[in-house]
Amino acid sequence: MQIYLPIAEVSVNAFLLFGLGGIVGILSGMFGVGGGFLMTPLLFFIGIPPAVAVATEANQIVASSFSGVLAHFKRKTVDLKMGTVLLVGGLIGAALGVVIFNYLKSLGQVDLLVRLCYVVFLGIIGSLMFVESLKAIRQTSAGTVVPKRRKHNWVHNLPFKMKFRVSGLYISAIPPILVGVCVGILAAIMGVGGGFIMVPAMIYLLGMPTKVVVGTSLFQIIFVTAFTTMLHATTNYTVDVVLAVLLLVGGVIGAQVGTRIGVHLKAEQLRILLALMVIAVCGKLAFDLIIQPAELYSLGAGGH
Amino acid sequence: MLRLLALLCCLALPSHAEEIVSDLSRDEVSINVTFNGSDILVFGAIRRDAPEPDGLLGVIVTVAGPEEDITVRRKDRRFGIWVNVDEENIVEVPSFYAVATSAPLDKVLLPDEDIREGVTFSQVVPAADGSDFEDALIRIKEDQSKFQLNEGDVSLSRGTLFSTSIELPANLTEGFYFNRILLTRDGEIIDRYETAIPVKKVGIERWLYNLAQQMPFWYGIMSLAIAIAAGWLASAAFSLARR
Repeated sequence: MQIYLPIAEVSVNAFLLFGLGGIVGILSGMFGVGGGFLMTPLLFFIGIPPAVAVATEANQIVASSFSGVLAHFKRKTVDLKMGTVLLVGGLIGAALGVVIFNYLKSLGQVDLLVRLCYVVFLGIIGSLMFVESLKAIRQTSAGTVVPKRRKHNWVHNLPFKMKFRVSGLYISAIPPILVGVCVGILAAIMGVGGGFIMVPAMIYLLGMPTKVVVGTSLFQIIFVTAFTTMLHATTNYTVDVVLAVLLLVGGVIGAQVGTRIGVHLKAEQLRILLALMVIAVCGKLAFDLIIQPAELYSLGAGGH
Repeated sequence: MLRLLALLCCLALPSHAEEIVSDLSRDEVSINVTFNGSDILVFGAIRRDAPEPDGLLGVIVTVAGPEEDITVRRKDRRFGIWVNVDEENIVEVPSFYAVATSAPLDKVLLPDEDIREGVTFSQVVPAADGSDFEDALIRIKEDQSKFQLNEGDVSLSRGTLFSTSIELPANLTEGFYFNRILLTRDGEIIDRYETAIPVKKVGIERWLYNLAQQMPFWYGIMSLAIAIAAGWLASAAFSLARR
């Protein structure tokens, strides 16, 4: 069944979008990530204009994060104070990100920027996660105990200290704000929630306990992606609500299936699978940048 | 207006030996939710006051979509990756352009008639002649079926009746699509006929597009409300299923 998307102005197969939403939903349910970093490149591959894909994906993440955060509120695993501090940074970052996005769009380099961001970040996160989970698998099979991380590092010596009761932390507000800004910029440029960067940063940089990390990350991602959606909608008119709804339906069903599959797999196995998937997406995008394209010319809307 | 102009042209010229009488299979093309491309059937007849003269009779049908400005960018290798390095702005390019003829184009249209009337792709794209950017634009548009050349697709029976079907792709731009029919004898244009057909989004497509353009703030709020509602529904359904 072909559906004509009013904003993207292309006709796409509705079942293909349901399917994509479903597959990414399964993966996001299994691994506890938003899935934006997979969905946006997939949307590029099926011919959605990059600007529309990025803006619409931000809108879809609002839905999946909202759904996720409700579950975390019930379990009381959301640090609202930390979330708010991250959010302040995130909103500044998102505004900066949209400015950068629009500037590069006028230069005709926006595709390159988005693709480069993907290659760099997916590459780094994928390799780190792969190495880390490989180590974890070796250690569990060898029977050794994972050494506990050092509790105090340079992060704890900065000024403007604040107490975060839920996380059990007494640290400076500067690192969370900086983390928020970085993730906000990425969210606006890459059309992702940034969970796959936020979560490691919260654990390793801020030293937050793992059980509050996902809920807190989701909490602030809702607001950052909602803000990004509004900015894209009002400055670029590129949010396609029909596309968002089609992806949502598949994603919601997929996430339920994925959560059930995830229960039967070990944490390290899950992480290594996710790492391989991230590296595969990164590899495909890097390949496209390095190999000479079949068509050297491309068309864009004029306007100088 | 154009129809009137065409009519005036016809009146101004000395009495035609041969004249086109034509119509389209539809008055407008509506882009609705399930729109997946469309066909327009162009058909008509050639009216004669006198017996048919000698020479090859040709019918050329063109359909041109609304004009747009296009930036053509060229990629080159920089620091090991392929990036856009060069660009050229080409203005007033038809977003869609199809040509159908009753015989090979070079047989039914003389080169200087082509320059005067602007039938072939290179005449329609207003860029420096033979530039790489112009060639690239035409090549990409042809790949996307946005530019079509269908030689021999106009069926001409008994030298009087003609018809052809023009295929509109699924990713159409809104606006007026100008249909032009040229009647040629040995490559010389002896009559022309023009009409326009509107292509527009209808129903929910129209409503959403207008909302996104005219009230972007409320459109954004609506998108967010849908997302929040869907997220909440999913969570509620999930906890219901668990019980």
